[in-house]
Parts: sequence; C-alpha cells; structure tokens
Amino acid sequence: MSPIFYLLAALTLAGGLATVLLKHLVHAALAVTIAFAGLALLFLQLDAQFAGFAQILVYIGAVAILIVFAILLTHGADLPKEGVFSKTWLVGLIIAAGVFAVLGWAVLASVSAVPQQNTMPAVTVHDIGNALVGRYVLPLEIVALLLTAATIGAVIVAMHEKERPR
Amino acid sequence: MTAVTPLAGYLLVAALLFAIGLAGALVRRNAIMVLIGIELMLNAANLNLIAFWRFGPHPEALTGMMFAIFSIAVAAAEAAVGLGLVIAIYRHTNAAELDKIDRMKG
Amino acid sequence: MAANLDQIFILLRDWLVGFLPAALRPATGVVLGVIAIVCVFPGLFALTTVFERKGLGRIQNRIGPNRVGPFGLFQPVADGIKSLTKEDVVPLSANAAVHFLAPLVLVVAVFMEFAVLPIGRNMVLVDMDAGLLFFFAMGAATELSVFMAGWSSRNKYSLLGAMRAVAQMISYEVVLLLSSVAVVMISGSLSLPKIVAAQDQFTNGFPHWYIFTPWGLAGFLIYAIAATAETNRSPFDLPEGESELVAGYHTEYSGFKFALFFLGEYLAMFSISGLGTTLFLGGWSAPFSFLTWVPSWIWFFGKVMLSIFVFIWLRGTLPRLRQDQLMNFAWKFVLPFTLLNLMVTALWRFMGEGWQRWVVCTVILVAAYVVMGRLEMRREHFGPRSYRYAE
Repeated sequence: MSPIFYLLAALTLAGGLATVLLKHLVHAALAVTIAFAGLALLFLQLDAQFAGFAQILVYIGAVAILIVFAILLTHGADLPKEGVFSKTWLVGLIIAAGVFAVLGWAVLASVSAVPQQNTMPAVTVHDIGNALVGRYVLPLEIVALLLTAATIGAVIVAMHEKERPR
Repeated sequence: MTAVTPLAGYLLVAALLFAIGLAGALVRRNAIMVLIGIELMLNAANLNLIAFWRFGPHPEALTGMMFAIFSIAVAAAEAAVGLGLVIAIYRHTNAAELDKIDRMKG
Repeated sequence: MAANLDQIFILLRDWLVGFLPAALRPATGVVLGVIAIVCVFPGLFALTTVFERKGLGRIQNRIGPNRVGPFGLFQPVADGIKSLTKEDVVPLSANAAVHFLAPLVLVVAVFMEFAVLPIGRNMVLVDMDAGLLFFFAMGAATELSVFMAGWSSRNKYSLLGAMRAVAQMISYEVVLLLSSVAVVMISGSLSLPKIVAAQDQFTNGFPHWYIFTPWGLAGFLIYAIAATAETNRSPFDLPEGESELVAGYHTEYSGFKFALFFLGEYLAMFSISGLGTTLFLGGWSAPFSFLTWVPSWIWFFGKVMLSIFVFIWLRGTLPRLRQDQLMNFAWKFVLPFTLLNLMVTALWRFMGEGWQRWVVCTVILVAAYVVMGRLEMRREHFGPRSYRYAE
C-alpha cells in the first residue's frame, strides 16, 4: 500500500462524500467530477491506462456535462424550500451503512483466500483492440446497438412535446 | 490494519464508495442526485473489476478490463436516458423532486 | 552535425542531467522536459498575440500595434504587466471557490495535453501507449472548466456563453475524435510518436503524409473545422461573441485570471494544431526527402505556426455563424461525412496498393460531398436577406 494509493482513495471518497452532502446541486455535480477523476487516477495506479483515460473521457467529458446541463434545465440550481434530503433519510443511511458493513466484512473475511499476483500485466492498447474485435466482438456489437438505442431513446424522451389542448 | 493487501485496500475503497453512492441515491430528494448516486455505485463496481483484473490470476485475458470498459459505455447510455427522463418529467410536472412525482396519472 | 542539431535539446538535457547522481536522473529529465514545455509555449503565446494583432491589422488595412519596442514586438510584455497589476474583481454574488478554480483547471488541463505531443524526433515528454486517448481525455476536462467559469460568475451573459461553448465543444469533439480515428485505423497505433514514424517515409522524394490521401485530405479538412470550433475561434466564436454576449464565459474575469483564460485559449490552439500536424501533416518529418537535414523540431514548430496563421486568416475573413447553423452543420453535415470517411478509410486499408483505391475513394468522397451538400442547400433559401421584425 503506497502513500499515493491512500491519497487517491481519500480524494475519491472525499469527492463522493461531498457529492452526497453538498446542498447545492451544481456543487454536488462538480464534487462528483472530483470522485470520477480520483477513480480514473486509481485505474492508472492499477496499470489500467486505457480504462483510466476512457473513464476521464466518458465521465468528465460527457456524463458530468450532461448532469450539469440537466440541472440547469430543471432549475435545479435554486434550493428547494423543503430541504434537499428526503424525510426517510435515516432509513437510507442505515441501509447504506448496513450494505457497507456486509461488503467490508466479506472483503476482509475472504480476500486472504484469493490468490494474488503482483507482477505488472503487460497489456498494450493493441492487445485491447485485438480482444475487442476478437474474443469480445459480440459484447461490442451489443453495446453499439445499446448506445444507438439509447441515443434515439434519449432524443425522443427529451423532445419537445406537441402542445396539446387541455 | 497492517495486514491489508493491495487488493483488499482497493476493494474496501470500492465498498465505501458504493455505500456512499447508495446513501446518495436513497437520501437525496432530487432525481438528478439519485442518478448521480447510481453513477457512483457503477463506478465503484468498475474499480472492483479493474482491481480483480490487476491482481487476479490471468490479467492477460483482459476479462475484468473489458468488463469495466463495457460498463463505462453502458453507464454513459444510462446517464443519457436517465437525464432525458428527468427533463421530460420536469417538463410535465414542473418538479424534479422524487417525492412530488407520486401520481400515476399524467 | 545535422544529427546533433536535430537532437540538440535531448543532448542538452542529458548533459545537464549528467551532473546528478544516477538515482535522480530519470525524474530530473522529466522535470526539465516539463520546464521546457512550460517556458516555450507561453513564449510562443506571447509572440502569437503580436502576430495575430499585426496580421488582423494587415487584413483590415491597419498597421496594428507598433508603439512598444521595434515593430511593436514588446507589446505582450506591456499587456502582461497591465493584466498582472490590474485589480482582480470577483462579483459579489459569484461563487468564489469555483470562480477561482475555473481558469486553473483550464490551464492545467491544456498544459497536460502537451505531454504526449512529439515536438521533434525523440522529443516527447511521455511516450504513452494510449497517447491520443490521453490528449482527448484532457481536452474533455477543459469543457468543464468553461462551464465552471460561466456558472460561477452569476451573470446571464456568462452562463449563456458557457452553455453555448459547452454545447459547441461537445458537438465538435465527437467529430474531432472520429476524424482522428481514421488515422488510427491506418497507422494501427494510438501512440503519437508511432503515428509520426509511420508518416516519416519518402517515395520519389515525396513524404507519406496522411493528408496526401483522399481520406486523409477529407479527414484533415474535417479536423480543421472541428478544431476551429473546439478552440472557440472565429467563425465559431459564438460563446464569446462580443456583440451579443459581452465576452461570454469570461465576462466577469479580470486581471490575472483573465490572462490565464487568454493563455489557456491560445495554448489549446497550439496543442490542437500540434495534434493536427502530428496526425495528418507528418509531425516533425520533413516535406521533401532532400530537406531531412533540417532539425525536426523546426518542421514541427513551422507547421504549427502555419496552422496558427490559417486560424488568424480565417478570423480576419469569415463572419460569425448563428447558433442553429453551427449545430445543424455539426450534426447534419460534418458528422455523417466523418462516419462515411471512416468507411472509406477502411476500404482504403483493405483494397491494397494500386491506383484503383485512389480512384474509388476519391469518387466516393466527392460524390458524397456533392450529394450531401445539395441536400442541405435545398432547404436553404439564398437571396436578398429578409428581416421579419425590423421592417
């Protein structure tokens, strides 16, 4: 465990916590960007260069922008009078804590049973490309189909409704 | 905690991030915040996949990495459709708070 | 001698690093590279501001700056001192932290882009396997900084400018990425030094640059259009259209922070020109085989400055587009054409050597251009402009 890992983990978790706790929606969206960036750096720390850059490109370049656009389009920048947390926030918190307890226990109890190798995997972008159009070509095609469907669906859902007489 | 292996460290971070995302999705009222929480949970799962790929027995098979890349692509599609839905609902009911959207009739 | 001159900066670095103990050498080498980038490109930025103002002046029948130093060459020094000593005004209702962070994020992200650009033979800071992806990932981060700047200012002009800028940058980033994918398909690598090395060959004295192929020429033109839009340069400068939006997302910035935005914009212009040079114009390779004795970095900077000159020329010549024209152009014309270009590139790759592929690819691209252009134009009515409300 290197100090860099602790630093990146702290950055990611701080970003995540700030996302949940910040009242202002745009601030939350910017905080979640920090969490995304921290995760991308963690990917790089794990020698997954391609996944890390893809994470930055997709999450910071597209998802974060989409989120802030949606916030501004739904007037989310003004604080609601009833507060930002739901009435059942305590239940939600308890569930989340329970889930974390179970997951943490499972990790700590079972991780010693998993064989672990520490040699750095020598994976180039070339290998990833070959795998994508070789062994994983069917998932790739399905993702392409899904993305097309999602694009069309998002456009239709968000398209202006025709004015109906009420 | 001195016995924590690198793999366990990454898995714990991912578990904590998953819990934070879950809390965000359950606690916040705004639909967009719920979506952000779900994105955080997906990201935590990606971190798990990459960590298992890196420290697992067959990194040259690229399974975990591929899974993470596909998951990133699917998450992007999910975000686009989800936010499109939120905008459509907002146009219809003038509210993005989930507890105000409680009617099944339009 | 020529080889030494070509590698002079590498040799200089190795000589400087040689004074240190062996353990510190690699890290110091990287630090020296970073220092070189951080010094050279802002210097180039200062020169370019004079060059741009002089060039625009020439185009508009003026003289341009000519008071500070010989031919006004020291104008950027005066501008720099002015912007450093100006009061840094933060609007009362602004979101101070985000307002402060936005220019920093922009400049840092743009500087990171230079890390993977091969400036000369062996002169690249990090030879990354996924260099092109890194470049675009960093470019994506600049969009967020533009939004941060516009939103945190709490000014409707800033917000409108930022929304316009982000929408435009997202639309054209798709095109930018897809036009570069064509190059990746042929060279088979995301590493920028390898892409340049693939173009650094000569037949009959002429280079193997990708711009000298049908798909490369189409890709380069698309790339140039998208790069102009991505850097918010005229004729795509709606985000900061002075006549409509004051100054767009940096309306509420003054003093040093405004200077940072200015620097970030020009650096983005350099980096995107550098990438275009690397992908289509052969990077640091010489244009003719008998010119290979000229140092490689001279070719790189020469090509970048030539692209900058084209940017300035466009700014002096073309009027600004309207927002709907901009979006229609991106999604209805450029994007389909780019996708077609990808298919043509694949065809080129699989047809093998010979003159047939030249004919087939050229015919497909020209026919598509003509047909799509006609279809787009059919809906437009060109003629004397009519004003709906003003008359």
